[in-house]
Formats: sequence, C-alpha cells, structure tokens
Amino acid sequence: MTDSKYFTTTKKGEIFELKSELNNDKKEKKKEAVKKVIASMTVGKDVSALFPDVVNCMQTDNLELKKLVYLYLMNYAKSQPDMAIMAVNTFVKDCEDPNPLIRALAVRTMGCIRVDKITEYLCEPLRKCLKDEDPYVRKTAAVCVAKLYDINSSMVEDQGFLDQLKDLLSDSNPMVVANAVAALSEINESSSSGSPLVEMTPQTVNKLLTALNECTEWGQVFILDSLANYSPRDEREAQSTCERITPRLAHANAAVVLSAVKVLMKFMEMLPSDSEFVTSLTKKLAPPLVTLLSSEPEVQYVALRNINLIVQKRPDILKHEMKVFFVKYNDPIYVKLEKLDIMIRLASQANVAQVLSELKEYATEVDVDFVRKAVRAIGRCAIKVEQSAERCVSTLLDLIQTKVNYVVQEAIVVIKDIFRKYPNKYESIISTLCENLDTLDEPEARASMIWIIGEYAERIDNADELLESFLEGFADENSQVQLQLLTAIVKLFLKRPSDTQELVQQVLSLATQDSDNPDLRDRGFIYWRLLSTDPAAAKEVVLAEKPLISEETDLLEPTLLDELICHISSLASVYHKPPSAFVEGRAGIRKSLPASARAGSEGVESTESQAAPAVIPAQDSLIGDLLSMDIGGPTVAPVAAAPAAPFGSAAMDLLGGGLDTLLGETSSSPAPPSALAASSAALLGDIFGAPAASATYVAPKTTWLPAEKGKGLDISGSFVRRNGQLFMDLTFSNKAMQPMLGFAIQFNKNSFGITPASPLQVQSPLPPGVAADASLPLATTGPVQKMEPLTTLQVAVKNNVDVMYFACQIPMHALFVEDGQMDKRVFLATWKEIPAQNEVQYTITNVMHSADTVVSRMQQNNVFTIAKRNVEGQDMLYQSLKLTNGIWVLNELKIQPGNPNITLSLKSRTPNVAEGVFQAYDNILHG
Amino acid sequence: MIHSLFIINPSGDVFMEKHWKSVISRSVCDYFFDHQRKASSPEDIPPVIATPHHYLISVYRSSMFFVAVCTTEVAPLFVVEFLHRVVDTFEDYFSECTESIIKEHYVVVYELLDEMLDNGFPLATESNILKELIKPPNILRTIANTVTGKSNVSSTLPSGQLSNIPWRRTGVKYTNNEAYFDMIEEVDAIIDKSGSTVCAEIQGYIDCCIKLSGMPDLSLSFVNPRLFDDVSFHPCVRFKRWESERVLSFIPPDGNFRLMSYHIGSQSIVAIPVYVRHSLCLRESGSGGRLDITLGPKQTLGRTIENVVLEIPMPKSVLNCGLVTNQGKYTFDPVSKLLVWEVGRIDVTKLPNIRGTISLQSGSPPVEANPSINVS
Repeated sequence: MTDSKYFTTTKKGEIFELKSELNNDKKEKKKEAVKKVIASMTVGKDVSALFPDVVNCMQTDNLELKKLVYLYLMNYAKSQPDMAIMAVNTFVKDCEDPNPLIRALAVRTMGCIRVDKITEYLCEPLRKCLKDEDPYVRKTAAVCVAKLYDINSSMVEDQGFLDQLKDLLSDSNPMVVANAVAALSEINESSSSGSPLVEMTPQTVNKLLTALNECTEWGQVFILDSLANYSPRDEREAQSTCERITPRLAHANAAVVLSAVKVLMKFMEMLPSDSEFVTSLTKKLAPPLVTLLSSEPEVQYVALRNINLIVQKRPDILKHEMKVFFVKYNDPIYVKLEKLDIMIRLASQANVAQVLSELKEYATEVDVDFVRKAVRAIGRCAIKVEQSAERCVSTLLDLIQTKVNYVVQEAIVVIKDIFRKYPNKYESIISTLCENLDTLDEPEARASMIWIIGEYAERIDNADELLESFLEGFADENSQVQLQLLTAIVKLFLKRPSDTQELVQQVLSLATQDSDNPDLRDRGFIYWRLLSTDPAAAKEVVLAEKPLISEETDLLEPTLLDELICHISSLASVYHKPPSAFVEGRAGIRKSLPASARAGSEGVESTESQAAPAVIPAQDSLIGDLLSMDIGGPTVAPVAAAPAAPFGSAAMDLLGGGLDTLLGETSSSPAPPSALAASSAALLGDIFGAPAASATYVAPKTTWLPAEKGKGLDISGSFVRRNGQLFMDLTFSNKAMQPMLGFAIQFNKNSFGITPASPLQVQSPLPPGVAADASLPLATTGPVQKMEPLTTLQVAVKNNVDVMYFACQIPMHALFVEDGQMDKRVFLATWKEIPAQNEVQYTITNVMHSADTVVSRMQQNNVFTIAKRNVEGQDMLYQSLKLTNGIWVLNELKIQPGNPNITLSLKSRTPNVAEGVFQAYDNILHG
Repeated sequence: MIHSLFIINPSGDVFMEKHWKSVISRSVCDYFFDHQRKASSPEDIPPVIATPHHYLISVYRSSMFFVAVCTTEVAPLFVVEFLHRVVDTFEDYFSECTESIIKEHYVVVYELLDEMLDNGFPLATESNILKELIKPPNILRTIANTVTGKSNVSSTLPSGQLSNIPWRRTGVKYTNNEAYFDMIEEVDAIIDKSGSTVCAEIQGYIDCCIKLSGMPDLSLSFVNPRLFDDVSFHPCVRFKRWESERVLSFIPPDGNFRLMSYHIGSQSIVAIPVYVRHSLCLRESGSGGRLDITLGPKQTLGRTIENVVLEIPMPKSVLNCGLVTNQGKYTFDPVSKLLVWEVGRIDVTKLPNIRGTISLQSGSPPVEANPSINVS
C-alpha cells in the first residue's frame, strides 16, 4: 500500500481512465485518482487535460483531497486561466471557513495561482485575512502580499496592502512579525525603486528585537537580515542592540549564527575600537565561527568564504584559531582550497612554522589543484612573513627535488615572486632551478624561469645558451613567454653586450618581423630604437629598479571589503562581489559600513599625515571643510570644448604614459613601476628629438598622491599657464586591481581663490595598470582663505573607490598674469610708496644667464622688465608682475657679469608673497 | 528565497521537482550537471553555483543531490540549512531517505514540501508540527485509514504552531515516562608521522529521546561546564539561564531531538583513545608497496574500545591491495581507492594488525598517502 503504485499505470488511454475515476461518486476513488494525477505531474507528464475534472473535486470537506487539488491548481492554473476562474468561488468561500487551517490554506493557494483574473478576486479575502483573529492566518496572509507583489506590484500599492503589512510589524505574535519582515524585505528586493519601504525607527527595531527571541529560527534569520540594514543613531544604541543580538551566536542553526555575525560586524564599526565592549565581542565571535567549521561541508564552505572576509576586516577575531583551518583529509576540495586561503591570511611570525609544515604536507597530496595552491601558498607565506622567507625557500627547494612536474613548475612561479620581494638574497638557488629547465611545459612557469635568467644574467654563466635554447622554438611559444624572452635577451645584452649581439638581433627581428602579435612587435620596436639611439638610456629603462611587490596583492580593496562585510551570509559574500555585480535588475543601493562615531578626528587621515606631511595636515576643521564639500555633483558649468592641449608637455606626457604601462609589462610586475614615469618621459623626449625646453617654464610633475594613500590611485601633476589660462595638468595612474571610474575633483578654499573652471575630464573607466592624463582649466574666482604656506592647495579627488585628499603647492609663476606690465612712472611711485620694511632680499645662485636672456626668459613667464640700468658694471633690472588676485610685485635684480649669483630685491604691499615669487624666479632661471 | 527544488539521483536524473513560485524548467539543472562532470567525486561539487539567471545551491546527502534554485540574493546558509532540514524530515518520516523511499511516498513528500515552504519562506519545519499536520505513514495507519476512510492529513491546526513553544504539542500522554540522553563525542585530531598531536578537538552532541507527559520543565547541569568552548542549543533551551548559571533549563520537544552541540577546541588537552603504529611504503621495488599498521589503546580510562574502523584513502595510482589482518575484515574499493578495515574490538593482549603488499600502477609518480583513522 505505498504510493509507488501510482507510477505504475502505463496502459494506453491513461488520461481517459483517470477522467472516469475522477468523476466517480466514491470519495475514496476520487482521492486515489487525484493522487495518480499528482504523481504524473511530479514526474513531468502533462495532465492539464484533466483540469475541469480535478477542479470539480475541489468542493469537498476532505482536507487531504482539497490539498491535492490545490497542488494541481498551482501547477496548471497558468496554462488554463479561463478554467481557473471556476475555482475562485471555492477559494472565496474557504476564506470564510471557521477552520483557520482552511482559511490559511485558501489564501496561501490563491497567492500561488499566478493568473491576473484570479488575483483581482484575491484582494478582498486577503484584506480580511490580514486582520484575521488567528495569527496563523495572519502570518500566511503576510507572505501572500509578497506573492501578490510579484505578480502585480501596482495593485499591491494601490490597495494599501503595504501599509497593512507594515502594521503587522507591531503584531503581538512574533511569528507574524517575522513573516511580515520577510515579506517586506522580499518586496524591497524586487521593487524597482530600490529605496527601502520601511523607515527603520528605534521603535520598530525594538519590536523586532523582542520578536527575535520568540520566533522560529527562520524568522530570526529574516529579522537579523533586516536589522543589518538599520543604522543605529549613536554608540549607545549600537552597543545595546549588539548585546541583545549576541545570544543568537549560540543558535544551532548556522544561518542564524552567520546573520547575527553580520549585524555584529556592522554595528561594531560604530563603536570605538579600543572599548572593552568591542574587545569582549571580538572574543565572543570566534567560537561560533569555529563551530560552523564542524558542520556539513556545504555550511563549512559558505562559512569559510565569509570568514575570509572577516579575517581581512578584523584579523584579531581568529588570530589564535589557526589550527581549525588545517585541512582534513576528507574535506571536499572546495573546502580545502578555501581553508588554504585563510591559513595564508592568518599566517604571522608566531605561527608560520606550523603553517609551513602543514603546507609542505599538502604539497605531497594527491589532488593536483590543491597541491598547486599549496605550493603557491608557501610562496605567499614567504612574501608575507619576512622571517619565514628562508624556510619557505628551502621548503620550495625540497619540493623541486621531488621532480613532480607540476610541483616544480608551480614552485618556480612563486620563487620568481620571492626574488622580486627579496632581491639579492636567494640567488644561490638559481643553479638548482636551471636544472629543471627542460621539464617546464606550462607558459607561466617558462616565463617565470626566463625572467629569472634575464634578471640574473650576469650570474648565470651560460645564460646566453639557455636563452638561445628557448629562442629556437620562439614561434611556437605562448605570447607571455615570447614577451618575457624578448625582455630577458635585451637585459642579457645590456649586461653582457660583447658576446650577445647576435642573439639580441635575432630576437628583435623575430619579434618585429615574424610575429603577428602587436604587443610583441611594439615592444620589439621600442627596444630596438632604445638600443640603437641611446644604450645608456636603454639600460636605465630596462634595468631600472623594480618596485617591490606588495605582500597583500590578493587582498580585497578596502571599500569593496567594507561593502561585502555588510553582505555577510548572503550570496555576495560567497562570490566576493557586490550584489549589484551579479543580481539581475537590482537597483543599485550599495550598502556601506556605518562610520565610526568619532569620524575624522581619529580617522586614517590623521595617522597618514604624520607619516608624510605632503598629505593633508590633521586639522579637524579642515577635514570637516573638505567633507562638507559637494564632491559628487559638478559645481561649475561644463565647458563645451575640451581643454586644448597645445604642445610639448602634453604630447610628451601622453607618450610618457604609454611607455609607462609598457615598461610595467616588461618588468613583469603586477603594478607598473611608478618611479619610471618621469624618467621615461624625459628619455623619450631625447629619443624622438622633441624640444625638451619649452618656452614657458613648466615644473616637472610631482607625485601628489602616492598609490598607497590613494587606495591604488596615484596622482602626479603640475600647474601650467597656457594662452593666458591656468591649467592643472594631472596624471592619474590606476595601480589597483579594478577599473576606476566616476572621477571628480574639488578644491578647498585657498589663498588665490583657485577653483576648477570645468569638470574633470579623465578617461573613465580607467583600467588597472593604466595611466591617463587630464588637463583641468582653473579659474581664480573661488572663495579665498589664507593658507599656510600661501601656495598650498588642498584637493579632494573622488572616484568609485573613495574620496582622497591631498595637498599640493601651486608654483607662484603659474599665477603671474599677462597684464603685469607697469607703467614706468607708476613703477617708480609705487616703489617709493611701499615702505622699506616690505622689501625682501634674496640671492639666486648659480644662474648661467646674461641680463638679456634673463629679460627674455622672465618675459615668457609674464614678468615684465620696466627698465634696465648699468651701474658700476652691474646690470640692474627693474621688473614688475601681477598675481591673479591683483597683487603687484616689484623687483630689482642685480646681475654682475661673471658672477653666477643674482641679487633679487622684492617689494610688495603684501610681503608674504615674496617667498613664492623668489621660488618662481629660482625655478624659471634654472629651468 | 527558495524558488524550486530538484532532487537528483546519482545517475543524473531529476526524479522529483517542486516549485514554490512559478515553474522553472528543469533544464536549469544542466549547469549543475556541468559541474558534476568536472568534479572528481560527488562530494566535490561546489555547493553554490551561479548561472546566468539563477543560483543553484545544493547539498549532497544519502547519495542524492538536493538542488535549490534561487533567483534573488539570499543567504546561502539559510538555503543549505533548510535543505538539510528537508532531508532530516524525510529521514524522520520514512526512517531512511533514499530514492526509492521518496518515490514510494511521493505524495507525502510533496505534501511535506508544500507544508515546509510557502513562497520560498519556511512555514513549518519542526517535525512535531509536521507530524501533526501530516501523519507519518505506517502500515497500521494505512490499514486503519482504508477501513475508516480517514486520511493522513489532519484537519485541525497544530497546537504548537503558534504557541511560544512551537516545538512541543499539547496533551502528550505516556504511561511510562522516560527520558534518554545520548552523549556523542567526535575527536578530530591530526597526528603527524612521528605520533605527536598536531591538533585535536572535540565536537560533541547531546541527543535526547524524551517521552514525558504534559509540559515537563527539565534542567540539566554539568560537572564542569567551563570545558565547553562553544555551544549551540536547540531553541528550547533558555539561554539566559545558561549564561548566568550554566544550567540547561528547557521544556523538551516530544521525541527525538538534538539538545545541544558543543565544541572543545584545540586549547584544551584532548585524550585520544587509540594510537596507530604504521609503516607505509609505496614503491619499494618495481611496482609494489608495503603496508603494516598496528592499532593499540591509549588513555582509555579502563574501558574497552569497540567498533574501530580504519579508513585509508589511497593515492590514485594504487591498483589493489593484498593484505592480511589478524582481526576483522578489510575491503578495498578500486574506484574510490578507499581502504576500509573494520577492526572491531581492540584486545590489549593481541593488538590488531594489518599488513601486506600494495600493487601500484607502473610509471606513476610516487605519492604519499595520508592514513587517517575513524574510530566509532
């Protein structure tokens, strides 16, 4: 007497037979027939033809039969909308049934029938059920609102169901509250506006917290998830909420635990990190996370992906729990790989010995993927914990000795990184590596090996032979290997030019003539030209010192991490991508961690500024000012024409940028070397014979915002005056791992009222590893505030990652205006008028100009010579200039022929500009 | 929320599907099959798979895949926990959960799934409540139902559904009131080649079978509750009381349930009941290897150790094993490369030993196996 008998009917005319059975008078027969119909349905047979007959069975007081018919209806109503109307009456009647079970069942089933005509009839019963006296019916009705919203959202809004649903949040029964929360969050999720339907107030939060203790485990998940969207008003509220949530960490249901962890991690941001409460909370978080790792593998996997985030955000929580992440032999592979990742994140000086011996064991495992990752992990260990590098290298050497092909290849790839991190330390092992040259067949391993040979060509006696052997099959190599081989041979040539000329010519011709790969050809040409024009420059470029590789290249970017912390326990935390990146049609409300209650005053900025005074000084008021500025919206009207880039410098910069990225590749580093940017631009200038010295003096670009302070964005720039307009020339280099977009710029109030004249135009999105130039026209009409020193300009640059602040100095000469020529008499009168104590004297040393060239040079920079006298063999020059803010400066220069020192006397009504003007003179005359 | 559920057997047939919202074609499972083909063993299929429009979250239990399909951002753990709960419920109802059992009771299964989830939201997952709504099948009831014309489905609202203690129904009566507690402890230890413990931890559970009348309120106290590093409780346990007094106070559900699970971490000293003396040498001469393992008791506090099972996952290159045991039986599965030795009881006077040769595939690289034991 089991149900399997329903599957066994295979006779012909099955449908017909069922039909007659369904119309049988006997209840028992009917029920059997419906069961058979359902059985066929579950296995995917089409029994929709029986629709009218099945619906006829609906009018019954037998609950099981009713349920079965409902199951059938849910499946087939969509395909037979007209027939489904027949069922409406019964539904409406059932909604009035004295039995709450039947009322609830009816409203539940009606919601599942996705037919527009039926939903019209659903409204009235649903309204009644939402106010039903029985909580079971109310909680079922709450879910039904979400179903209805899915089918017809405008109807739900028009009929006021949302308000009724919100009222249920204050229901006396916790189960009803939980379901209302769940329904609301689902509606939120699918609503097109994306804005939250319910404003979370402290009152609602309080109600939710009360319901949290009494509702079912699933309800707890819903409530915790919606609590995570709430931002407490102050520290005290955050702390008390945390206290009430903490008991959830001991729940048996892993979903509840992880949701609780999410809320705690988020609210902890608001609390001062040194408080006792945070310390005790940190202690409480560890054990439940560890316990998650002893449940089913699927739970472990999700937990590990989340722990990966938690460890990056708050390494303290699990720093003593390294051992629980040791791999068990019977873990599924996906769990093993995740554990390995976390082991590396937790590795520190204290536990590195243990980690290494574990990793070494893993490297002898069976699973190839796992072994590879383990070998890679050893390399990462070496890079992360300097003290362990020695042991890691010897471990890797041991592994190479095993001669297992993929282990050797993987080891060579990581040894390359270790060489990068610790140059000139472990080169003694190169000979061992060379022994394995022939076994390498994977491109990455080959490229790494070639890099090592090229880099240490001077220490490997037979480097030329080794590289030559690779060159034989050049055409068949992967492009990665080809590029590397080209660079390595050029390196070799530069180091040992005497006997490798033939080799380098061979590789250059292979690269430039026989290859279809544009990257390879371009790189070949660049090398060729460099070598043929200026080998010294080539040496400087190719053998330039490489920037050290960062130990944490695999970390998530901080902003992404913060966003993901808000999504702990969700799919986003498993993918490590924000939901907007993978959930379809999701309106992009991005969650962010609440700022600490004491933002600014103890933020990151202040600590950074102590380290480098170039980055904004730690003044509360100042940061306040910057923060209050409207960074997002362009405050100035966009200029129709793009800023013209007239000559020289811009064109050169363009090339400089291009070469920069190219060099980035050639040195096979993950991030392009920043140190090269300036020198390479100058070099190219030489190579292409561009006029290096342009008429107007332009200060070389200086780095204003180094990448490590700019969350991966490196900004360098200078100020230029072109055609009577002040420009800020900027180079943005993206050294992060993600493309950057949405650039905007704002200045703080400054001494000269400088403000952007048009929005920032910069290539967007800016791909990783690429540098882009931008020229920002400036106006001097902005608000004025005196800065110290006078020429300081505080800048805020915003992109999709963060808002970055830095300060730079405006060279005074960029502020000299074109109409700075004073009438002779006025000059004389003014000179006399200005009191003597306003006169400042400087000596400009080491000037290689005669009086005439000084005049012409200064003229090009808007400093005008009013008169010239010769007194006692000395040339006296009287010059005037005007600043953008209308301040006149009068100068007297004493030039003695043969003496490289010039005396400069300055007079101005505002003597504090004198220092800047002197600097300008100094720069122009030496430029 | 959970959109649909597909149950898939090891050969890759979808033999059961249930949709809580609109119908999703079972072709969505193709993505799952893609991953299944890539994975070397069924356990290795990743539990969360992203497809262009859906997210497949699966668990592997009783050699069946339970694949839940979601369309929106959900908490994966919520889905995973729910799927495990579904399987637990099936096991509870049908005493085991296999493909044939599910097919046999498909109507009950379908009703159960419908009762457990509504529009993707869990509705009733407590087995006490479910059993009141849908009676578990048994032969006696089937016969009685046929005679009386009653059905398996209750027509009244379960009493526990809305009370503050949803896990217990009212009006329970027993002639013999009894309560049983099972303490299960699993020691997880990693021991290195030389025999020293790398790490050891205990995962423990207290499972109860309580048959008491009325609304019993129980308390359970421990001699040394400080030992627990982390605990998680059945919802019935009053957490406040535990925090303040370290006493478990609860109104139990009726029947079988897991009261508590706890974890004793690596900081505490864990007594490991057995030791293993091993020598395993693959590739001794030609294409053979040798294996010699002896088991012995250690720190048993005078109790005998029973039901010892030793499992060794062998490297892929092992073809077969020719071993001799002085106690128990051994099996070697050439497909999964798993060597299982059912030792049974450890007799101190005659320590169990297994030894013999292992034949290896010729020409494969030498690899080491990591023997691991499983004591029960």
